[in-house]
Order: sequence, then structure tokens, then C-alpha cells
Amino acid sequence: MITDVVLALAQALVGAAGAPLLAGVLRTLKARLMGRRGPSPWQPYADLRKLLRKEAVVSTTTSWVFRVTPYVLVATMLVAIVVVPVVASRTALPFAGIILLMYLFLLGTFFLALAGLDSGSAFGGMGSSREVAVAALAEPTVILAVFALALRADTTTLGGIVERFAREPLLAANPGHLLAFAAFFIVMLAETGRLPVDNPATHLELTMIHEAMVLEYSGRYLALVEWAAAMKLFVFLTLLANLFFPWGVPDIVEPVPVLLGLLALAGKLAVLTVALAGLETIIAKLRLFRVPELLAGSFALALLSVTAVFLVP
Amino acid sequence: MLRQLHVALRTGIVTEPAPRDADVERLGVRLGDELRRVFGRSLAIRHVDAGSCNACELEIAALTGPHYDLERFGLHIVASPRHADCLLVTGPVTRNMAEALLRTWEATPHPKLVIAVGDCARDGGIFRGSYAIVGGVGDVVPVDAVVPGCPPSPVAILAGILDVIGRLY
Amino acid sequence: MATLGFLAAVTVGVAATVLGLLGAVGRAWTLAVPWLVPLGGLELALDPLAGFFLALVGAAVIPASIYAIGYVGGERRGVLAYLGFVVAMCVVPLAANVMTFVIAWELMSLASYFLVLHDRQAGASARAAWVYAVMTHAGLACLLAGMLLLAAWTGSVRFADWSAAGPGLPAGARGLALVLLGLGFASKAGVIPLHVWLPLAHPAAPSHVSALMSGVMIKLGVYGLARASLDWLAPAPTWWGAAVLLAGTVSAVVGILYAVVERDLKRLLAFSSIENIGVILIGLGAGLVFRAVGLGALAVLAIAAALYHVVNHAAFKTLLFLGAGAVVHATGTRNMNRLGGLVKLMPWTAACFVLGAAAISALPPLNGFVSEWLLFQALLQNTRIARLELNLVFTLGLAGLALTSGLTLACFVKAAGITFLAVPRSDAAARAHEAAPSMRVAMILLCVVCALLGLGPTLVLPALAAIASPLVGGAPLPALGDWLTLRVSREFAALSPLALTTALAAALLAPVVLLRLAGAARGTRRYETWGCGRILQTARMEYTATAFSNPFKRVFDFFYRSEKRLDIDFHPESRFFVERIEYGNPTRPIFEDWLYRPVLSALSVVARRARAIQSGSANVYLAYILAALLVLLVLT
Repeated sequence: MITDVVLALAQALVGAAGAPLLAGVLRTLKARLMGRRGPSPWQPYADLRKLLRKEAVVSTTTSWVFRVTPYVLVATMLVAIVVVPVVASRTALPFAGIILLMYLFLLGTFFLALAGLDSGSAFGGMGSSREVAVAALAEPTVILAVFALALRADTTTLGGIVERFAREPLLAANPGHLLAFAAFFIVMLAETGRLPVDNPATHLELTMIHEAMVLEYSGRYLALVEWAAAMKLFVFLTLLANLFFPWGVPDIVEPVPVLLGLLALAGKLAVLTVALAGLETIIAKLRLFRVPELLAGSFALALLSVTAVFLVP
Repeated sequence: MLRQLHVALRTGIVTEPAPRDADVERLGVRLGDELRRVFGRSLAIRHVDAGSCNACELEIAALTGPHYDLERFGLHIVASPRHADCLLVTGPVTRNMAEALLRTWEATPHPKLVIAVGDCARDGGIFRGSYAIVGGVGDVVPVDAVVPGCPPSPVAILAGILDVIGRLY
Repeated sequence: MATLGFLAAVTVGVAATVLGLLGAVGRAWTLAVPWLVPLGGLELALDPLAGFFLALVGAAVIPASIYAIGYVGGERRGVLAYLGFVVAMCVVPLAANVMTFVIAWELMSLASYFLVLHDRQAGASARAAWVYAVMTHAGLACLLAGMLLLAAWTGSVRFADWSAAGPGLPAGARGLALVLLGLGFASKAGVIPLHVWLPLAHPAAPSHVSALMSGVMIKLGVYGLARASLDWLAPAPTWWGAAVLLAGTVSAVVGILYAVVERDLKRLLAFSSIENIGVILIGLGAGLVFRAVGLGALAVLAIAAALYHVVNHAAFKTLLFLGAGAVVHATGTRNMNRLGGLVKLMPWTAACFVLGAAAISALPPLNGFVSEWLLFQALLQNTRIARLELNLVFTLGLAGLALTSGLTLACFVKAAGITFLAVPRSDAAARAHEAAPSMRVAMILLCVVCALLGLGPTLVLPALAAIASPLVGGAPLPALGDWLTLRVSREFAALSPLALTTALAAALLAPVVLLRLAGAARGTRRYETWGCGRILQTARMEYTATAFSNPFKRVFDFFYRSEKRLDIDFHPESRFFVERIEYGNPTRPIFEDWLYRPVLSALSVVARRARAIQSGSANVYLAYILAALLVLLVLT
């Protein structure tokens, strides 16, 4: 029980404190690839600190939904971080599986989309409508892709999957694993609002998805929303790293292995971040109504990966 | 796509060194320690075109490119005044845009800065006295700094902004 | 007077709940009055499954009737039909022979038919009631055919005898009976493609009745399906389980696809009921397959999950219909494009509706999440079946369930967001008023139920498993963990709603504390919505329900086959000035177009042909009688 609480706090600390750095590193890397010097990797912290000192301007048309949403978003992401195997394969809520994780994200999306509608501006509504459309197609894909792993590992808990695959790497040696990885990667881009689905750096309202919903937020509310977005990126990248490449994730919760695990995680995240930055540099944003084709494609991949469990023993 | 990545990696950083204070002529900076403390290394800029001829816009757009790269100073341009700390206003304030400018200013959370960019924004420039304009930016919202020029060069704009937040690396 | 009637309904509801719960925990009870009706007399029997559905009906009737007190406001018309409807629904699960069942079933249909006709001035209500009457009687015909066949084969009209004699019947006969009974019950449950009456009839009825129709009446169709395939004709063959699973998948996906583009609030809820029936059938079908291949523990799990979803859907759909009813009552419109901004005018209703929307979207820690989670776990364990074709069926079920969950979220963000948030889109919405106290009490009651069912599955699920266990041939109760943690198949999966809720609550506190610790500015200024400095900002600039669902219309265009209609009247002087623009983007109902229309037109062609022999002359009819007699004599 006490181990669990300590573990939960440790994971939340690593994730919550580290997430802005991850987002910052990604931004710096992208700037470097564009030939710019770019912001410092620590820039998101400066941004958050500044936002906390500003007043919040809240629209007169909004209701409690708008004000509650940033807190709910942060709460869901904090629980998501506690649920994902970050520093060890065992997590503080050891029962947690991919279904719980996805529905936690949906809880955040639910409130964020409502908040987008709450402002009554065309931008907010547009963002909400697009966000739920993307989520509606992306979320089943994540569930199915992870099911493909769960069925091979014979457990649906995330920690259990990580342990099993770390112990028996040969389980991963089949086409289904590759398909699941591809599906998960595409959907990760969509869920975290990266190119080619959404451009996190866009200024044009008509092309926005995530950004359009949060146009109304300011001050501390905006700080919470941006922090939550960074945490979502962290959770997805960590999930990708530890679920598909579970090696180096300790299965015991003791200081030394946990620190080693953290190092391994940092290495894996670094590789993924470089890959992501490179990808975002060389691809353009898709037209909004071509996005569903991409997502439908990844859904098909995920479905195939589950089918492969039965076809390729 | 791979060629693109190759080019990106080979080119390296083309950003110039930061401009020095002396390069810029500056006017009317009213800024307290409090503001410096708040903004630190982070300033979100919302650009408002109050009736500009778009010459200033071209110069501002150049700021985000690899050459001037304003992001390295912790500045970035945002899509909503709600996210902004600083309004970068260009052009003489036309009668049609006066109300919009005021609303944008109201929509920006405190503490906030207003920088008037270009001669037109200072006092109407060559449009001064025209029936179609209200006047300079200062006639509609309180201005913290003015960057003169027609149009001012990107370095001047950058230096103006950096000067207002009062810090350089 | 009307209030008295509804109080009587509440009493019936309480009695039904108590009796049902007693039955559900295993208390048996029978009542036979042989002389009351012919062909077997009135016969009632209480067993766990009947008790479960009886308690469900009773528990839904209580809030719906409390709500009705404020909703109808003393109007007497319809109260008697409502009482009849409630009593009939209570009797259906208890019926123990054909005659009792058919009378209760028909009374339930007739009473709800009159309730659908309640607003008889509206042409739409009349059409809805007509379609409902036709479909429900077509279903009844199938049911009667199936039941009479069974009665003939087993020589008894008592259901208990069917269960005993069922295994002895030839496979073909059992299959035929299953299909007939299945069609009849599925039409009542609103399974696609037998759903056409549901989105017409549910919105037309007064809201407390819609709540009961969607919340519990269609569940009696599920009851029938469960009864037929798990009791009367048990053990059902594997193909039947797979068919139920696939029908559920289709219903779930198609139902929610229609719901997501709907702009009529109550029709949206009705389509969502079709989806949820689909989800329940996925669980039931999975249970039937597991049972047929001899995996008793998994069958218990799947059926218990389906029953859990039955309870949950009854709770949140009743809540949502009551909320929608409060909106209709306050604004006089169901069109979401004319609503909006109600959160400020009716805060209680809005809060209850948002909670219901979160629950139906299966968001933790509410009840919908628990049952969907259980269904996923039950479906996932199909790896224990070593038959590829069944595995693929289960995989389709998984994919359908996953797809449904995302679309449900979109659908209910739209329902809650467009209806309640931002600025009113019409004068009617701007003048709305909060619901009457009794309506609020009913909604809050249901909110509490949704929350409790989300927190307490460790207590509820074992009870449901105990109901399911005798139905699958007395399979042993699977271990389901302790009071804190729900466990499925030992290490396969687990869930602790209490721990999760604690974590969520702590995490919700964290940002509040952190902001305080970080010394965040606390000032808040209220100013108008950012509209790019636009001077005139009106509700017409908001996103509408139609606009919100546009991405879905484009993505699933192959399914909706929507057609764009743009009708512009130009000014006579110049084409640059427009006098009027009308834009429409209606979806085309494929089941009506491709299934019902061909069948109905074939029917009318046959009828026209048959008219040729109806000359109207008595002599010709006498000749027909003579000819018929001769033919019979020759044949026998």
C-alpha cells in the first residue's frame, strides 16, 4: 500500500514534471531541423510560469463546464501517468489496462470538447467537432492495437503485458506486432495533435483541431490545459516505448532498478522524440477530410493485428 | 522526403546572432520591474493588423523564419489574444478597425504590452489626417513601445520587442 | 387526480422492485389462477431472471412516475394508459405460460401505442403510432408462431415444460423456434433492421413514457431473447450465439452512426437506445457462444456483463430522456439547432444531463464504464475457443464495440454541448425555465444510481453472476475478486472502481493545490467571447448540431448517402444579391430504402393481384367455397 502510494507519487512526479521538457525538446529539435536555433528545451516551463502570473479572461457566455475542464484534464492525465508503466512494469493501480487508459483520455476529451462548445464561438465548436471526430476513430484503434499485444501476453493489464514481453521477447516476433505498432504510431500522432493530423504550431483557425478548442483559455486555465497536453504526449510516447519495446523496464520496485529503468526510458523517449521531430519535418499536414482515411487505415491495421493473433499462432 | 531530411541536416543553423541594443532607435518605453519579473523569458505575441499596407506584416513574417528566429528568445506568435502577453499592432488605425483593436486589447489578459510597429502605427504616418483613420495606435489603446520605420526592419522589430521585455541572453 | 395516478404507479414500482429483488436473490414464487383466462389460465412465476427484469422495471418506474407528476402538471389524459403500461411491463417477465405472456405483451404494446398517440394533433405522432402498431404486431405474429409451434411440439403451453422438453426436440425444430422467437423479441428490442418504429415512437411519446420505453420496455425484448435462448430452448446452438453477437454488433454500430448525425434530441436518444441494445446483445451473444462450446465460467461472465449493461442503460437512458423531457417542456422544441445556453437557465437539468451523457459515454468512474469494461474482457477471452470462425466473429464484436465507444462520446458531446452550452439559438430557448421540483428529484435520483452503479460493481456483479449461473446450466460462479477489486479470470484483468475514484479525486485536487502553492494569480475578468474583434456576435455564429456532425457525415458518407440540396433565390435585378438560401443535407435511411420499401411494394403488388378474384358477386364466392370443399375432399 505504501509502496503503491510512493510509486504513484514518483510516477506522477516524473511524468508531470518531465512532460513539459519532452514537449520542449521536441520543439527545439524541430527548430534545429528547420535551420533555426529555436527555443530552449526548457521554454515550456517559462511559458507555464508566466501564464500562472497572468489574470484569466473568461468569456461571459461560458458556464462552469468551461472552468472545470482544465482541472479535469490535468486530473485525467495525472491518473493516466500513474496507470502507465513508467518507471517499473508494476504500477500503483496494478489493475489498469488499456481500456481504462483510453477511457481516461476520453474523459478529458469529453470535457475539453464541451468547453470548446461552451464559449459559443465558431472556432470552439469547430475544434470540438473535429476533435471528437478524430478521437472517435483513433480511440478504437488504440484499444485494438493494444488488444493484439494483450491477447499474446494473456493479460490485459499494461504492467502484465510489459512483463510478459520483456521476459519472452520472441512473443513479439510476428507480423501482428509490427501491424499493431504501425497502427499505434499513426494514432499516437492523431491523439497528441501532431502532424500530419493537426499542426501544433498553426495560427490559422480554419486548420486547427486541438488549438481551436483552447482559443478561449487564458492565464492559469491555459497553463493547466497546456500542461495536460504535454502530459498526454508523454503518456503516449511512454506507452509506445514501454509497451512495444519493454526491455529495460524493471519488474521490481527498488531504488536502483527504478533509476536504471528511468535511464532506459529516457533513452527510448529520446529516440522516439528524434523520430517524431524528423517525421514532422518531412511531412506536410493532411487535408482535414483526408485524415479519416489515415485513421481508417490504422484501424484496419489494428484489426488485422488482432486477427493475426488467431491466424499466426 | 528523405532528401528533405538530408537538406535539413546538412544546412545546419542559419540563425544570425542577436542584434545589439544600439542598432535600434527606440521611443517611449514605459515598463516596470514587475512586468520584467512576470514575463521572464516567455512572451506570447498576438499580431493585430489595424489597417496596414502589409509591408510591416512581411517584416514580421520574416521574424519567424530561420534567419531572425524569434523563438530562440522565448518569443512566439500565438493565435488568440487570450494566449497573448503582447499585441504587435501595425498600420494606422482605420475607423473600421478601431473597435476591433479595442476589443482585442480587452480580450488580452493583464499584464499586457502593446507595441506599435511602423510609422503608421506611431501616429498615422503618411495617412495622418485622413478621414479614414482614427490616428495612431496610441489613440485607441495605451502603447508601451513604438518601433519606427516604414517599414521597420525585422531586426528593429525584434530589438524593439526584446527591449520592451528588457532582457537579452 | 393525475398525481394520484402517478403515486399509484410509484407504489407499483416500489412493490415490483422489492418483489423483483427477492426473486433475483433466489426466492421463488408462483401464482396460478386457472379460471381467469382460457388456454391455461393466468400463471405467474418468479425466478432469478424474471426477478431481475421485474426489479429493473420497478426501479425505472419510480423516478419516471415521480417525474411525471411535475411534467404533465395535472393533465388527466394518458394516466390510465400509463398505469396499464406499467402493470403490463411488470407482468411480462413473470408470465409463466403462453396466454399470460401474450396478454401482458399485447397490453404493454397497446398501452404504449396510446401513449405514443398522446399528442394526437401532430401528424408525426399519428404516423409514429401507426408504424409502431404495425411493427409490434408483426413481431407478435412471429412470437405467436414460435410459441404455438413449441406448444404443439411439447404438448404444453407452460414455459416450465418447454425448458424440460427443449433438449429433446430435433435440432431443426429448435432452430426454427429460436429464429421465430428471436425475430419477435428483436423487433421489440429495436435490433437493426427491425428498428424502424423505435426512432419514430420513442420521441413522440411524452418524455416520462419515452424514458420507460427506451429504458425498460425494449429491455423486455432482451429478456425474451435471453429467456428463449437460455431457458426454453437451452442449450442454444453455437450459430445462434454467433448470430446474436453479430446482430448486436451491427445494431451497435449502425445505431450510433444514426444517432451521431441526428439533430432531434429525443430521436438521438432513441437511436442511442438501439446502439445500447446492440451492446447488450454482444454480451448475450458472447455468453451463448461460450455456453455452446462449454466454457461455463466465461458464459456467466459475459451474461452478467450484459445484464450489468441492461441495468446501466436503464439508469442513464431514463435519466437522459427525463432531462430531454425537461428541455422540451421548457422550450417546446426538440430540435437542437434551436436550443443552447440552457445551462444558465436550467442548471440542475444541465448538470444531470451532462452526468448522464458522461455515463452513457462510458467515462470512468461512472456506471457505463464498468459494463463496457466487463464486455471487453468477456469478448477478449475468446482465445480460449479454438475455432477460427468463432474467433473472427468475436474480433468483429470487439472492433464494433471499440468503434461504438468513440462514436458514443462524439454523439453525447453533441447532445449535451449543443443543447445546454453557449448562447440560446432561439427565443424559445432563451425563455426556458428550470424543471419542476419533482422532475429534478427524479433526475437527481437517477444520477445517484449512475454513480453508485459505477462505484459498486464488486457488490453488484457477483449478484448478477448468481442470476446468470443457473441459466448456463448451473456453471460454477467464477471468482470475481473481493470487495475492492473486480477480477476476471484470475490474472487476466482486474478493476478497482474505488481505487480509481480515489485516484481521480486526488488527481483533481492536485492542480488546485499546485496552483495555490505556485502562487498563481487568482484574478478573473469576464469579457465577451473572442470573435476576432467582430462587433456583431450572435448565436447564429455558434456551431449547430448539423455542423457538429458534419465530419461524421463526410467520413461515413458511404453509409449515410447524404445528398446536398442547395436552393438559392436570387434577387430579380442581380444575381449578386441573394434573397433566400436553403441548404439541406439529409441522410437517406438505407434500411427503409433497401429493405422495407421493396417488401412493402411487393406486398401491395400481390394485394393488387389478389383483388382480381374479389369480384363482389355472391355467386362467385359460393363457387369459391364449392371449389375449396372439392379440393379438400380430394386431398383428404
